[in-house]
Amino acid sequence: MIIINKTDLAGAMTRAQETYLLSGPVETFHGHTFRHLEPGQTPDLSYQHTLVSPKAVVFPPSDPLLTFSGNDWTGPDLAGLPPQAAVGIRPYDAKALHLLKYNFDTPEYKDPFFLSRFENLTLVGLAENQPDPANFSTSCGTGPFDETGLDMLLVDLGDALAGKILTDKGEAFARAAGLVPIPAEKKTAVASTIAELKTRAEKSMTSPREFGSLDPVSTLDLYEQADWEALAFGCINCNTCTFVCPTCWCFDIQDEARGQKGVRLKLWDSCMSALYSAHASGHNPRQQGWQRFRNRFMHKLKYFADKYGAGPMCVGCGRCIRLCPAGIDIRTIHQALSRLEAVT
Amino acid sequence: MNNPYDPYPVTIKEIKTETADRSLKTFTFAFIHQADEAAFSYRSGQFAMLSVPRVGEIPIGIASAPSEKGIVKFTVFKTGKVTTFLHNMKQGDVMGIRGPMGNGFPLEQMTKKNLLIIGGGFAFTTLRSTIITLMQPDVRDQYGTIDVVYGARNPGMLLYQDELDQWCRQPGINMHITVDETDDPDWPHHTGFVPAVAGECAPESTGNSVAIVCGPPVMIKFTRPVLADLGYGDENILMSLENRMKCGIGMCGRCNIGQELVCRDGPVFTLAYLNKTPGEF
Repeated sequence: MIIINKTDLAGAMTRAQETYLLSGPVETFHGHTFRHLEPGQTPDLSYQHTLVSPKAVVFPPSDPLLTFSGNDWTGPDLAGLPPQAAVGIRPYDAKALHLLKYNFDTPEYKDPFFLSRFENLTLVGLAENQPDPANFSTSCGTGPFDETGLDMLLVDLGDALAGKILTDKGEAFARAAGLVPIPAEKKTAVASTIAELKTRAEKSMTSPREFGSLDPVSTLDLYEQADWEALAFGCINCNTCTFVCPTCWCFDIQDEARGQKGVRLKLWDSCMSALYSAHASGHNPRQQGWQRFRNRFMHKLKYFADKYGAGPMCVGCGRCIRLCPAGIDIRTIHQALSRLEAVT
Repeated sequence: MNNPYDPYPVTIKEIKTETADRSLKTFTFAFIHQADEAAFSYRSGQFAMLSVPRVGEIPIGIASAPSEKGIVKFTVFKTGKVTTFLHNMKQGDVMGIRGPMGNGFPLEQMTKKNLLIIGGGFAFTTLRSTIITLMQPDVRDQYGTIDVVYGARNPGMLLYQDELDQWCRQPGINMHITVDETDDPDWPHHTGFVPAVAGECAPESTGNSVAIVCGPPVMIKFTRPVLADLGYGDENILMSLENRMKCGIGMCGRCNIGQELVCRDGPVFTLAYLNKTPGEF
């Protein structure tokens, strides 16, 4: 375990930047966002949540796959990527990156763009002492102090940050940042403070409702019997939920060109958009907005859970709940599907 | 790490206009690097991404058969940005092919069975690959009867007309060609939609028969009850689906039917399997 005074954080980050490309929370006009830090820039660890999730660290909104010059093309040199560290990532967002990996690392195909970044990434988490009211991460198998999937967990102790080193990657980051281990005699007291903060944070959360498997009901029963049109009544298919979600991975591939030069891009996309599944013939298996709504929630709560056995494709960050203009709450959808489970 | 988004470079060896309205052309490609040709080892029913530099990519079923060595063929309908650009390309132009993708038809599991092949419109392209594979002298004897029901909107929209004529004359295959409409009084084949013609001409299942269906969603929809009437069990009906695909490797998410991804888990599914999924195709 390490401890660092907040006044020393900037120095530690500068040292870490000699080895790592850093990303972290930064305050902007629209609120906090998670982005690459410029040399000398310090992550703002006083934040509560970022509007958009940090998934861009491994899955950028716009990722060049190929660069064209006339009829020749080349891919980027992924082997040469420097080590990256995401500093101050919330534990639920770190879990989300691990859920994304199920999609990009399959027995048949590996996505080198995602995996080269993921394997090269050190996750330095920041526990959430005062969870946001929409945060229900404890219901999704993670939580404000969850250590799973992190390499180091920082905890805000007021004037200082305590850091639990969890993996070799975390150890290497601590070394690079010049973070020194806590004196042995202080270890127990700090551990007990962290445990206290964790209990307080988890108790303050208002959503302990079960948000797990919908196993007892078959896919077809959920698909056909739930009143999806009613559940989707307010949805305007604005795509906001999908773009802010840390576990959504839909993407499009588009070429952009000027003259003989061009680039093929992998771009975030949304299953809530009508064009997403429209065939070239005009036929669209999910023509209606509520059908796309159904697909999204079935994917999150049933298809993913059944396919990978890793629980729902949701970490309870609450971004979609906070930002949905129609006030749609994934917990309500889950509850409605669970009620169906009770009567089937 | 192998990059599955990186296409193999190919040159256009031949372009053949297939239909009277010039909306369908067959492109024959040759791989620029011999190693790529070996790596592009495919089976009938698979598809690939045709990749036009600076324009985009499209998923297209492979029309050639694995036995046609040294080349790979695709029949492309001119309908959008990439296909229009491709239709204007010339012999000798360079482009890319990414694949092969999908599962294809499990022909080795159908030996000793009677086969009924049903295709409509330009989805017939992958069935050309299947028919050529099945008609290889060393392969044909491994199967029972082979019946093909193939329909197009009108005679001018039929693909591979030379080959159709040849197959009609060839023993070992029963061709049932149809068009939705024609004003040709001498039209020698059927007139009517594919499901209706299948109902009239296709052999009933002997219990040892398999149907392979490839066509637009509306054709698939109306062919299902016809096959049921002919006695084909759902586990013996293979459907090749056409959901919208972009990455072709099961990652971009858009072609899903329930938890299955048409590009990676399909495009070929048994009807029995599809019955257990949300029918979003």
